[in-house]
Amino acid sequence: MSTTMSGARILMECLAREGVDVIFGYPGGVTLPLYDVMYDHHIRHVLVRHEENAAFAASGYARATGKVGVCCATSGPGATNLTTGLVDCMMDSIPVVALTGQVSSKLIGSDAFQEADTFGITRSATKHNYLVRDIKELASVIHEAFHIAATGRPGPVLVDITKDVLMGQAHYAPVSEIHLPGYKVVTDGHAGQIRRAAQMMWEASRPYVYAGGGIIAAGAHDELRDVVETLDAPAVTTLMGLGALPADHPNWISMPGMHGSYASNMGMYECDLLIALGVRFDDRVTGRLASFAPHAKVIHVDIDPAEIGKNRTADLPIVGDAKKVLSKLARALRELEPSMAAAHAEDRKAWWGQVRGWMAEHPLEPVFSTDEIKPQHLMHEIDRLSGGKAIVSTDVGQHQMWAAQFIRFNAPRLWLSSGGLGSMGFGLPAAIGAQMAHPDKTVFCIVGDGGFQMALPEVATLANQGLPVKVVIMNNGYLGMVRQWQDLFYQNRLSAVQIEAFPNIEMLAAAYGIKGRIVEKPSELNAALQEALDYPGPFLLDVRVSQFENVYPMVPAGAAINEMVLAPPKPVPVPAQ
Amino acid sequence: MLMTISLLMENKPGALMRVTGLLSQRGYNIDSLTVARTLDPGLSRMTIAVDVDSRLRGQVIKQMNKLVNVLQATDLTEASAVLREMVLLRVRATQENRTAILKEAEIFGARVVDSSVEGFALEATGDSEKLEEFIAVMETYGEIEVTRSGMVAVSLEAKKLRLAPPIPKTHGDPVPR
Repeated sequence: MSTTMSGARILMECLAREGVDVIFGYPGGVTLPLYDVMYDHHIRHVLVRHEENAAFAASGYARATGKVGVCCATSGPGATNLTTGLVDCMMDSIPVVALTGQVSSKLIGSDAFQEADTFGITRSATKHNYLVRDIKELASVIHEAFHIAATGRPGPVLVDITKDVLMGQAHYAPVSEIHLPGYKVVTDGHAGQIRRAAQMMWEASRPYVYAGGGIIAAGAHDELRDVVETLDAPAVTTLMGLGALPADHPNWISMPGMHGSYASNMGMYECDLLIALGVRFDDRVTGRLASFAPHAKVIHVDIDPAEIGKNRTADLPIVGDAKKVLSKLARALRELEPSMAAAHAEDRKAWWGQVRGWMAEHPLEPVFSTDEIKPQHLMHEIDRLSGGKAIVSTDVGQHQMWAAQFIRFNAPRLWLSSGGLGSMGFGLPAAIGAQMAHPDKTVFCIVGDGGFQMALPEVATLANQGLPVKVVIMNNGYLGMVRQWQDLFYQNRLSAVQIEAFPNIEMLAAAYGIKGRIVEKPSELNAALQEALDYPGPFLLDVRVSQFENVYPMVPAGAAINEMVLAPPKPVPVPAQ
Repeated sequence: MLMTISLLMENKPGALMRVTGLLSQRGYNIDSLTVARTLDPGLSRMTIAVDVDSRLRGQVIKQMNKLVNVLQATDLTEASAVLREMVLLRVRATQENRTAILKEAEIFGARVVDSSVEGFALEATGDSEKLEEFIAVMETYGEIEVTRSGMVAVSLEAKKLRLAPPIPKTHGDPVPR
């Protein structure tokens, strides 16, 4: 096949070859030629209401499927609006390809209408980016972008395409190979290192598995389970790794970190071997780095060599794809089991006793009240309705932490949350992306009253597409996490955190032609959630929860991971205004 | 401490921006940076001197290697390598000290590239330490103006360049429409 066609059509051909089925985007002046081709193309286009949300929706789609998400925006403001979503993908290693229009080659540098230096602006927001000024390069660049986004440590790739390239005509033949001589990805993992890791694991008395988003990115959940079961070690999964090990697995403890469980964090502190798999020793996990896992040797498996030794020195580094490495590691563990397992079996048994003791001592338990809906109660109910199976997207803040603590996930790619960047406004568009990918799955979008309003324009997209997302607004009238810090560290001087004038959600939903409900009484919570779930279309549920609840346990910023604040201090009333 | 990095990269638009952007993004201070074409016009060689804690040197190289257009990033700080810099220096000379300046320049192996009644323009190459001394000496003769090239380096050990092979695009037929 080889014909002459426009740049815009070449672009769509390449997207089709990459298996793209949906683009989240917003049109504009310079992308007119592209949208003209989209008009009767089989690839669906979802019109979002703000470009930032196109990137978040593509991210949600990618997180829920493992496929590359695609978003599209015009030049200038369209492209600059994408950047938050791209940085979010960068921080969480999410494969997304962003397509942006650029002013015509001849106009570049002239401060033309809607011109912005997208290539320069997104340099640090992407894993790699391109500016295409020559139509002959277009097809290869698109395929390179998808390859870079999806392989190695996944990430966002932006392709900025000038209007003359989109409009120009060129001979097109499908690209048979691409050349990226500098793009080297080590996937296999060093055989000797893997064997030594297996030895270290059998030699340990207090082994502890610390697994993260890398497991999910690599699709290595079965291999992780195999390793955990073979060694019979306690395992924690990070915020990005929730679902990497089923929550109903007996070896799963919970999430570690700033709002992790007591047992998770104590295990991190007391273990003598930390088996770090697809994690990056984020400060929200480690607390004060100098006192993180002070007694432990560290095995660190990661696809990105730069992550190894970045924050914590690894005693045994393994660069490679988690799926391949863990599969070999499980085999090595089994080979060594007959000769090595017995030596420290008693120690490991005692270690389990210790871990179980911590779990019993301070379990993560929901709080209930008959007077008001406790946020933990809300998450507990959603957990019950989900049964470990629903897709849950969240925004950022208190609700995110409670959701992570109380909603359990028995499979990967169900939990969609902005981890590294912590961008509010993520939840709703991410849920839209996930529901587009999985039209038949239950998708809960849990947001705060702050983040919901950041993504408010996307209620229109939800209604427009008729997506049956269950938007649960945990409404406490405050930017709760910031309020919590002002409460704990700024003498409860509540500065600019009260969210007044929150819209009446029933009227708001009605204005968009969808369903909404406000629920205030604990006794009605169940029925309200069930109503949302049973309703076949989009549903906005405004859940009024206790206003001054704080998230615990909490490792204060700069504290060591075992220095948790466990109990809420007495609630302090808001000073009279 | 100053770390010396030799970088071989594809000569693509934005290549320099990616390198400098990455360094500033990660909080490393660039002391000097030179870039020019190699024998292969599609490739550029960059020599970068970065002020960085010595424990972070490995991390800097790993970050550099993550750039898609970088073919090879090498740490020459403690490797067997020749490091050179050039300085172009204008010095005001008086009738009295002209000969002394020339003598001194000769000691440093500097060449006179321009001579006028006002003084000389001198060109010197060497390692940075030697050039510092040269500049210090010239300063004693009067007002000087200095332009330094930044460091260029060549490794004395042949390091095999490992390139990723072409990637076949083995897609099935496009989705039927």
